[in-house]
Amino acid sequence: MTTLLNIRALYVNISLSAGMLHAVRDVSFHVERGETLCLVGESGCGKSLTALAVMDILPSRSVRWAEQITLEGQDLQNLKDRHMSDLRGSRMAMIFQEPMTSLNPCYTIGNQLEETLRRHRSASRREARDRAVFLLEKVGITAAGTRLKQYPHQLSGGLRQRVMIAMSLMCGPALIIADEPTTALDVTIQAQILSLLSSLQKEFGMGMIFITHDLGIVARIATRVAVMYCGMVVETGVVGEIFHSPLHPYTQGLLACLPVPGKTRPGEHLGSIPGMVPTPIGDFSGCMFRNRCSHAMEECCHESIELYRVSVERAYRCLLSKETCLANHMTQKD
Amino acid sequence: MRSLFLFNLFATMRSDFGWAYIMVAYTIKRLLLALLVAVTVSFMSFMLLRLTGDPAAALAGESATESQVAFVREQYGLDKPLLVQYISWVARALKGDFGESHYFMQPVSTIIAGRLGVTLTLGGCALVFAILLAIPMGILAAIRPNSWIDRLALTISVIGQAMPSFFFGLALIIVFGVVLRMLPISGNATWRHFILPSIALGYYATPAFMRLTRSGMLEVLSSDYIRTARAKGLRTSSILFKHALRNAIIPVVSLSAVQFGFMLGGSLVIETVFAINGVGFLGYQSIARSDLPMVQAIVLMVSMFYVVLTFCSDLLNAFLDPRMRVN
Amino acid sequence: MSQPIPEIVYPSPRQIMIRRTLTHKGFLIGAIMLLLISAAALLAPVLSPYDPYNQDLSRRMINPVWHENGSWEHPLGTDNLGRDYLSRLMYGARISLLLGGCAMLISGVIGTSLGIAAGYFGGRVDMVVGFLITARLSMPVVLVALAVVALIGSSLNVIIWVLGLLIWDRFAVVMRASTQQLREMDYVNAAKAIGCSTLRVLVSEILPNVFNNLIVVATLEIAHAILLEAALSFLGMGVQPPLPSWGLMVAEGKEFMLFSPWVIFIPGTVLSLLVLAINLMGDGIRDITAPEGRS
Repeated sequence: MTTLLNIRALYVNISLSAGMLHAVRDVSFHVERGETLCLVGESGCGKSLTALAVMDILPSRSVRWAEQITLEGQDLQNLKDRHMSDLRGSRMAMIFQEPMTSLNPCYTIGNQLEETLRRHRSASRREARDRAVFLLEKVGITAAGTRLKQYPHQLSGGLRQRVMIAMSLMCGPALIIADEPTTALDVTIQAQILSLLSSLQKEFGMGMIFITHDLGIVARIATRVAVMYCGMVVETGVVGEIFHSPLHPYTQGLLACLPVPGKTRPGEHLGSIPGMVPTPIGDFSGCMFRNRCSHAMEECCHESIELYRVSVERAYRCLLSKETCLANHMTQKD
Repeated sequence: MRSLFLFNLFATMRSDFGWAYIMVAYTIKRLLLALLVAVTVSFMSFMLLRLTGDPAAALAGESATESQVAFVREQYGLDKPLLVQYISWVARALKGDFGESHYFMQPVSTIIAGRLGVTLTLGGCALVFAILLAIPMGILAAIRPNSWIDRLALTISVIGQAMPSFFFGLALIIVFGVVLRMLPISGNATWRHFILPSIALGYYATPAFMRLTRSGMLEVLSSDYIRTARAKGLRTSSILFKHALRNAIIPVVSLSAVQFGFMLGGSLVIETVFAINGVGFLGYQSIARSDLPMVQAIVLMVSMFYVVLTFCSDLLNAFLDPRMRVN
Repeated sequence: MSQPIPEIVYPSPRQIMIRRTLTHKGFLIGAIMLLLISAAALLAPVLSPYDPYNQDLSRRMINPVWHENGSWEHPLGTDNLGRDYLSRLMYGARISLLLGGCAMLISGVIGTSLGIAAGYFGGRVDMVVGFLITARLSMPVVLVALAVVALIGSSLNVIIWVLGLLIWDRFAVVMRASTQQLREMDYVNAAKAIGCSTLRVLVSEILPNVFNNLIVVATLEIAHAILLEAALSFLGMGVQPPLPSWGLMVAEGKEFMLFSPWVIFIPGTVLSLLVLAINLMGDGIRDITAPEGRS
């Protein structure tokens, strides 16, 4: 079976008045059916732009380039926008972060749900309506028939996000990209939405890219993880390995910031990563993390650091050897 | 400003009964405002016209003697104190009697009523022209900001606002009426007579509409729900017209009402250039003839139209904004 | 040990403004055109080839230089009374600029005072000013101006005052909005806290900060006043002959326009160019001082 989504060497550049912003650089990953890849990173690290680049709905003034972008074996790079829009919404769908503003306030929920199916499958109104009702019930919305006639402002944030999820499933896509879908919701609703997504994925067997900055969510739903920093992927791996033995200093720093129930003692200092994320404008060389890394060396300034593949699923972008990284992690934990 | 108030009103309503009550309260408030404006405008124009000249002398004519002027003054009650004159004018106006035209020797209201249809038609056609021209240009400019289309639209709008309306009207007459001989150039006999004047009257409002459409579309096109629509793979035409325009057009609709009010007031110059027998031309002629009752009535009528139209504009804004709709 | 990642250096606000001014095409075009017209107006007594009031009936309706019978003696031709068009144009510029400028000043004072008062004091003052603005907007300006000038008489003074008393609404609206924004600023509250009188606060804290918007509105209102004066003169209730107002020249030329269209095209075009220049400058100033407002 072919890989569901294969991205190799993706670049996104945005031209600003201050210079060229290299928002996404040399990002590579793949997603298989039935599994969830989590893109983790701080705000501004380029994870949302990566998702938009895959869907080809980047904001204006942004340019994307990649060695390869394939969905179910089909090359997405050289498609005309017309053909690309045939794929969007039907083979791959996206869920956004802000449910409050992601729905058009002028049209009913039913209208916005049905138009997806009618656009891609030329369905009749009856068929589209039935499918909408089916999916609304699947995402846990009762009285679906009434809800269809309601307007977005009549629903709460949690309900709207469920509608967004139902909307993304209307045409039975193979890939779902969820861009921080729970960040804008209450914690209790977050948990509900997460378990809803997991169960839907098990039932329909889609591949999912889940973008978040919350490592707690990653631990819950990820199959594999890709950690991003400053526009680049700095580490990838299976979720258990990432949490248990992180290699890249940034990943180690992120995990050290989390309090661990049972281990972290009261009054103990939580870890933190000193410094601020630099803005990748203009040309530069070397590792972008060196200013904040306690293991930085002379070479970190000059060489461009490749993603070093440890095993099939494991890779990290650092000059330090794997043993040194693991040793650093051990000392850090004590 | 006012529409925000209306928005808040609608947003806080809880029951049907509450809704009706709030609507009635709001309407009464606006009616009072209209009344106050009517009183102010009529009072000001009344005083202005009386104080800045001697209407009796104007009525009696240039070659009248002192005694003839005095006779006219007494005849028309122009010797009474100004305030008394004003109050009696108001009393009659409330009954619909705006006096008699010095020139036509007929009731003012009859004459105005006869000409009103022409001016309203002219204003309506001008509005339609402005919108038909401005909205497509505004949409195109918003889709491709800073492109040549955007610059062209901007240039047209800038040049359009720089030309005096009478000059534009005359230029249209020369080009289309005389050189090309395509359209009639004066009077208002057939529908063809309305084409050039509508263009001349409407083009001045085009830049405002175009800028509003452009900025509205730009703002809407960068909104989250348009991003969702693109992610759903909807066709471009669907995104533009079904989703974007529906939201961006709301301020344009309410601006139309206000612009219509301005056009009614500004029709004077165009009607004079094209010799159209509307209220504006009537106003101009009445001034030339010192027909004061007519001038006063026209000023009052135009200002009342404006107040009513701004009220309608706020209502439209409130109705079209979907956040208002509660079943 | 490791080199720092280089910081981005942003230019100072003054440098930004100068750069914006020099690269804003609209502003530059408008400024140059306005400069040329103003120069022609100022230097009219020196530059104009003839006396604009000098009638010479033997030289009536000579075509401008681009027609067959035209000559460089009268490059823009003569009107129906034999007066040189070019000279009349140059003197007409004086009238347009003078009337426009003075009317703008009067309406500016009225509108700015009302607007700032409404924005700063709020409450009932705001209500009253809002009502005044509505009443003024509902009046048909041309009609009222015509009526008043017809009754009082059309000297330049009267025209200036009538226009000034009728077009202050834009000033009031913009100043009111700007002042409302500033009212809550900390430096205003600080000035109040140290005991500055209201007048002092208004003049030294509020006025300098609404100045940008004020300049933009002022330029646009000069253009508005010029167009209004032209309309009044065209309708016969403005500047009276033999003064060379451009609007009046269009009116005077109207009866000949079917055969000699240049009679109205020349003054009309120059009028449009002047207003265009002023509008370009006004828009340019707005872009330069507050480009965030632009989409």
